[in-house]
Amino acid sequence: MITGFVLRALDGKIVVAIGILLAIAVLVPALNLLVPAGSAFHIPTYAVSLFGKYLCYALLALALDLVWGYCGILSLGHGAFFALGGYAMGMYLMRQIGSRGVYGDPVLPDFMVFLNWKELPWFWYGFDMFPFAMLMVLVVPGLLAFLFGWFAFRSRVNGVYLSIITQAMTYALMLAFFRNDMGFGGNNGLTDYKDILGFSVQAPGTRNVLFAMSAIMLALCLLIASAIVRSKFGKVLVGVRDAESRVRFLGFRVENIKLFTFVVSAMMAGIAGALFVPQVGIINPGEFAPANSIEVVVWTAVGGRGTLIGPIIGAVLVNAGKSFFTGAFPEFWLYALGGLFIAVTLFLPKGIVGTIQHGWHARTERKAAAEREKGEDADMMPQAAE
Amino acid sequence: MTTIAETRSKSLLYLENVSVSFDGFKALNALSFVVEPGELRAIIGPNGAGKTTMMDIITGKTRPDTGTVLFEDAIDLTKRDEADIAQLGIGRKFQKPTVFESHTVWDNLELALNRSRGVFATLFYTLTGEDRARIEEILETIRLTHRKDELAANLSHGQKQWLEIGMLLAQEPKLLLVDEPVAGMTDAETAETAILLREIAKTRSVVVVEHDMGFIRDLGVKVTCLAEGSVLAEGSIDFVSSDPKVIENYLGR
Repeated sequence: MITGFVLRALDGKIVVAIGILLAIAVLVPALNLLVPAGSAFHIPTYAVSLFGKYLCYALLALALDLVWGYCGILSLGHGAFFALGGYAMGMYLMRQIGSRGVYGDPVLPDFMVFLNWKELPWFWYGFDMFPFAMLMVLVVPGLLAFLFGWFAFRSRVNGVYLSIITQAMTYALMLAFFRNDMGFGGNNGLTDYKDILGFSVQAPGTRNVLFAMSAIMLALCLLIASAIVRSKFGKVLVGVRDAESRVRFLGFRVENIKLFTFVVSAMMAGIAGALFVPQVGIINPGEFAPANSIEVVVWTAVGGRGTLIGPIIGAVLVNAGKSFFTGAFPEFWLYALGGLFIAVTLFLPKGIVGTIQHGWHARTERKAAAEREKGEDADMMPQAAE
Repeated sequence: MTTIAETRSKSLLYLENVSVSFDGFKALNALSFVVEPGELRAIIGPNGAGKTTMMDIITGKTRPDTGTVLFEDAIDLTKRDEADIAQLGIGRKFQKPTVFESHTVWDNLELALNRSRGVFATLFYTLTGEDRARIEEILETIRLTHRKDELAANLSHGQKQWLEIGMLLAQEPKLLLVDEPVAGMTDAETAETAILLREIAKTRSVVVVEHDMGFIRDLGVKVTCLAEGSVLAEGSIDFVSSDPKVIENYLGR
């Protein structure tokens, strides 16, 4: 049963994509650590973290694609799940600082000392333990998605209304996290990390391991997403996207289908956020900004929603473009992003991967049709002879 | 003389005094209507007579303001939602053919198959030999075997209608509600569809809403004429079409 579920996931393109991801998980750190700094093949450490950041974004886009591309739920609040996963990791990293903070308090993070707090708030308990923090990376975004989805999908909130309330959700969380008395560091967020599992977050070795973990988690989530969309459940999911009432009248509980997908997707976004934070060294409420969530939609659309590889390619390409533009022509980046979205909507409505697949499919269709015509002629002969 | 209680206990579907209004407009007005097990029934009536509203109420899409809706004389359908009612064994075909266009014909039927519909059951589902045989059988019935691997989007309008009927068959319902199955079909397709529905009605009850009088004559079954939310006349096609009220309200104009 489980093996069937996993084996179905491994269709040709997915195997190649997972292979590539695992290869770069080894190759990039090797080129950074083993190749001398002067060589043309050397990848500098800052670039390793930059690529690692792209992979986290790619995982976030993949998570969004699962709900948007396959289930038709346009979430404009996926940045919230990403940020919550990031905060869970950030809280673990804050607790690892210990007495090395500016104020030297062995338990309280600096911002709490600064705010004159005497003891650790209850919701910070346990975050000094790595396994607990990692569990929270999944549980917190998953729980929020569950509660949100439970109410939204049960009351059949659909389409643009749903998009608007997801946007409101991330906006509300941003305002909440900006407040100092929430206990998450206010607008400064959580930063000045020292160690992760006893290794310095600044050390090249740690950065390479974080990069490799990002690639491996992306590969794993790609495998899971592929297993989901290729199962019968995945077909029902596409059914919900294309003809929701038909699915309902066939006897499926559409609200449960949406809820499951939304929660899985939120957890994936949480993992992406957790891997993102140690690589960039900070998490702050700005990550909840509605504009961030909308950018994720752009990456997914550019790459091709409803394909699993598309959002990964879209996220990496757009963010590489962003890195280049903000370096070379900082004032033009937002225009370029806006222009890109308009261009993709007008000329590549299926996105890059979607368009390529469609072209390929049309080609094979034409060939098959030609074959069939030949075949039919041949078949006619013996029938006529009878 | 059969009493009401007897009619009710023998019925598959039983509607009594069902009324519903939308913003003051009475879509159904004390409608009473009974379908027996194994019956094939046609419903006619002018636009706005309440035909689609009646189907909405039976399938749980709309709740009636007053009245009784019973399935197999035991289950109160007004308390159930669409998914529940579908699982009880009531299938519905929409007016506009609604199939999953980005899936193949085969996958459309596989999804409709009457199997456990939970999240985890579908995640770990694998096609069994029994299910394969059932799908192949339905493909034969709806005459789409030769197109089983094609996307539903590429089917003709008539074939989409048949595929949707096939999906309902895969659901193994006790009662099938079919809304305008021959709208937009060629004459040949219409005749085929009448044969198909009669075949289906051998093993289950079918209620067909249709405007095409020729098609209803082809079916040769008991006809109910609705107007302004209640039953105007009921009986054979000749009896109903000679009823002066029916002529005035529906046929005459």
